[in-house]
Amino acid sequence: MLAHLPILQVIVPLIGAPVCVLLSRARLVWLFALIVSGLSFIVSALLLQQVLMSGTVIYELGGWDAPWGIEYRIDKLNGFLLLIISAMSTLVLFAAQTSINKEIPAEKHTHFYILYLLSLTGMLGVVVTGDAFNVFVFLEISSLSSYALIALGKDRRALWAAYQYLILGTIGATFILIGIGLMYQMTGTLNMADLAARLPEVAQTKTVFTAFAFVITGICLKLALFPLHLWLPNAYTYAPSIVTAFLAATATKVAFYLLIRFTYSVFGGSFSFTTLPLQFLFMTLGLLGIFVGSIAAIYQTNVKQIFAYSSIAQIGYMVIGFSISSVTGLTAALLHIFNHALMKGALFLALGAVMYRIGSVQINQFQGLGQQMPLTMAAILVAGLSLIGMPLTVGFVSKWYLLSALIEKGWWPVALLILIGSLLTLVYVWKIVEIAYFKPSLSTNSTVIEAPLAFLIPIWLLVIANIYFGVDTRLSVEVAHAASESLLQAQGQVRP
Amino acid sequence: MSLSLEVMLQMCIVLPLLATIPIALTGHKPNLREAVSIGMGLVVLYCVIKLYHGISQGENINVFWWELMPGLKISFSIEPLGILFALLTSFLWIITTIYSIGYMRCHHEKNQTRFYSYFSVAIGTVMGVAFAANLFTLFIFYELLTLSTYPLVSHSGTENAKKAGRIYLGLLLSTSIVFFLLAIICTWLVAGTLDFTVGGVFDPSVNKLLAGGVLVLFIFGIGKAAIMPFHLWLPAAMVAPTPVSALLHAVAVVKAGVFAVLKVCVLIFGLDLLAILPSTQFLLYIVGLTVFIASIIAMRQDNLKARLAYSTISQLGYVTIGALIATSSGVIGSAMHIVMHAFGKITLFFCAGAILVTTQKSNVSEMHGLGKQMPLTMAAFFIASLSIIGVPPTGGSWSKWYLLLGTVESEQFILMIVLLFSSLMNIAYLLPIPFNAFFSHSLSHQQLDSRNTLSTFQFKEAPPAVLIAIGITTVSCLLLFIYPQPIFDLARSILEP
Repeated sequence: MLAHLPILQVIVPLIGAPVCVLLSRARLVWLFALIVSGLSFIVSALLLQQVLMSGTVIYELGGWDAPWGIEYRIDKLNGFLLLIISAMSTLVLFAAQTSINKEIPAEKHTHFYILYLLSLTGMLGVVVTGDAFNVFVFLEISSLSSYALIALGKDRRALWAAYQYLILGTIGATFILIGIGLMYQMTGTLNMADLAARLPEVAQTKTVFTAFAFVITGICLKLALFPLHLWLPNAYTYAPSIVTAFLAATATKVAFYLLIRFTYSVFGGSFSFTTLPLQFLFMTLGLLGIFVGSIAAIYQTNVKQIFAYSSIAQIGYMVIGFSISSVTGLTAALLHIFNHALMKGALFLALGAVMYRIGSVQINQFQGLGQQMPLTMAAILVAGLSLIGMPLTVGFVSKWYLLSALIEKGWWPVALLILIGSLLTLVYVWKIVEIAYFKPSLSTNSTVIEAPLAFLIPIWLLVIANIYFGVDTRLSVEVAHAASESLLQAQGQVRP
Repeated sequence: MSLSLEVMLQMCIVLPLLATIPIALTGHKPNLREAVSIGMGLVVLYCVIKLYHGISQGENINVFWWELMPGLKISFSIEPLGILFALLTSFLWIITTIYSIGYMRCHHEKNQTRFYSYFSVAIGTVMGVAFAANLFTLFIFYELLTLSTYPLVSHSGTENAKKAGRIYLGLLLSTSIVFFLLAIICTWLVAGTLDFTVGGVFDPSVNKLLAGGVLVLFIFGIGKAAIMPFHLWLPAAMVAPTPVSALLHAVAVVKAGVFAVLKVCVLIFGLDLLAILPSTQFLLYIVGLTVFIASIIAMRQDNLKARLAYSTISQLGYVTIGALIATSSGVIGSAMHIVMHAFGKITLFFCAGAILVTTQKSNVSEMHGLGKQMPLTMAAFFIASLSIIGVPPTGGSWSKWYLLLGTVESEQFILMIVLLFSSLMNIAYLLPIPFNAFFSHSLSHQQLDSRNTLSTFQFKEAPPAVLIAIGITTVSCLLLFIYPQPIFDLARSILEP
């Protein structure tokens, strides 16, 4: 059983999705999906434990040896990612039943759970596999199902947002496919480890450069790195609340994982960072992302949109950590993947709770909610403080590592800009806090009461995680540090 | 009780934080609620005094809580400056609570339970600042202090209070996030430790330019020390109820700022390094300018609380100057000034609040002739003003003496002139208030003569709880002149390992 964990990671939600059709009652489907997601979480926890105990786990699909067969390969990096994705999926799913009752017509509930599990399958598959073409297949499974999930939003603009995402996402996926095709042409293999071994021989060819450019651009589209972020704000804003929480906490993380995997494991850090000016490019785009995203967030009136733009800024932080290409920098980026999932998961779920009670997340509707929904608002406050990077929250930990990495390299101006960027976060978070706590509530919302437990439990679990992992950083820092060390070590270029 | 000193240290921090629970629970019974507040205050003061005795007997008290990230620990220890600050805060907390009882009820403030809760949290975090064993711990409690005082500043919830709260939070968090945090990370990467160490943590061969830059980041980053141009949060914070202005914005919060500056100068840089850094002189002039400009602005303020706020900014500059001139007299003067100024300024704020609740007057120009109505308050105001100015027989004269001595020793004659001139300006903006109260007639008196002569002449003092608090702090100002020895001893032992 334990030996088959890697395939179970994908198979469980994949089988779970069609089974949903057989279950008729909405509540039953929800419970089933929750159990499936929970099982995935257990599998990923066991996998991570296995990886930490005995090193990289390799699983050959159908008994075919790599590089002919498909190989699943789990090291510390994707073991960590699997845990984040399955944990967030389960927590978000907990509130799903309550939330979609208000936001999605009853006859589509089963569809919702099917799509949700398929999307989860896709993301877990992308992360777990060690085969480049397999990445594309799973990426499409997760993307197609998430387009449909976004289109379920009750606002008609959700259709347009999903369409936008569909077009841009497909372009991104096609780019990745072209890149993989070119690599296959040059090396005759699709297995990542094999690619890594064979690419250096042909590294100086135009074809490999082109392949690299296609893959990276495609991934950046999926990642919503500035200026390829245009699909993200609308998709997050008009999707059903549960979908937003799920995607915000997982989807961009998967794309970021691919970025790291392809640059460090497949092409190799020395190729990506010394042959090409990737460092300067990503540093600049990351900084621009932070400022454009944060400033745009300040001017939004829809709170979901505020945090959607904030996600673009947060992706900027991750990309900067990545571009430093030192152990500390990569650790900061990986930590921020985890931490950002915790913050945005809590925030978007809390917004889901507000949506559930009020039916809108326009900022003026938040008036007086500090008194009417104290627990939900306190959650937004704490998660917001974490987003700003207050000490004793997770946001502080990743900020500390990111700044340390920058100062180690002597990049003072970037460090200063990042800190100024976090002040912009303060502005948009406090805008919400002031309205919620200082304005009397609207007369139309006078009967609003605290969100139901189905929301409060996952929200507060995430909020507590925001504080817990901000104080006890052993697990997250250890895993992130070990993962980034092994990534750089593989290239024989460990820098302190 | 046979509690160990380590436990007592932790009680000082945790008890005020936990006190919010009984305070919130007894919210519907004001008497009980305030009894809880005062009780907690007494227990904390008892613990601090015990710790003081412990440290005078040469005991080493260290507490380790948690290692947040590798090498970055939350831990506490006792050293003379910390105990001085803790003694000051815990003593004045009790006095302020007594004062609040009179003030808040008389002024019919809303949400008093919330007020007492956050007040108590703020005190807990101040204790954390006072006992922090390293910069990292200090930073955490420094940030918590900002956050916990925000609800107190914007207490009334009006548009004005909200705006002031925004300035307060914005400036304090900006400086600490952008400069202070950066300075701490640099120190960590350069020196490899953040522990407060007598003589400093930097290697003597450290790059002077880098260390000088870090010092600039520290001095501006500790926004609570209110160095211009990052001082505007302090006048903004004056919208808060008077007890908040008195304890937090004349004592706890601002003193946490200069306390941190003093600690950074003495225990992170060390006086020897400080004296040779290229940026020290530049910073001294900036602070000197702050002292001077703030005094000038104070003279032009008609609102009494605003005048006192600018006076505080200028007096905080004294402490920072004392720390930066890097002589032992300067440090002693700084440490003593933290205490002396605290007693003087809290009395002045208490008086301002007493005048406000009794007569609804908040502008200096309306206070002519008030001495007949509130002679006790005005007498207290006079004595506290003397202490701020620094003339005998008040405690303020000692700290000013040492500060001046420090400037002479280090041959900073420009700063000496600034300090002297600023003292003259103190006279100009403080003393006319009690003089006019006693010796000139009420301006409104002539106008209102026909209608309402009685109200201006009638003896009507502030509520008794308010007067008791004012009395205690005023007497303390005088006693500190006669018995400065314990404070001097503590201040002197800061530099001893």
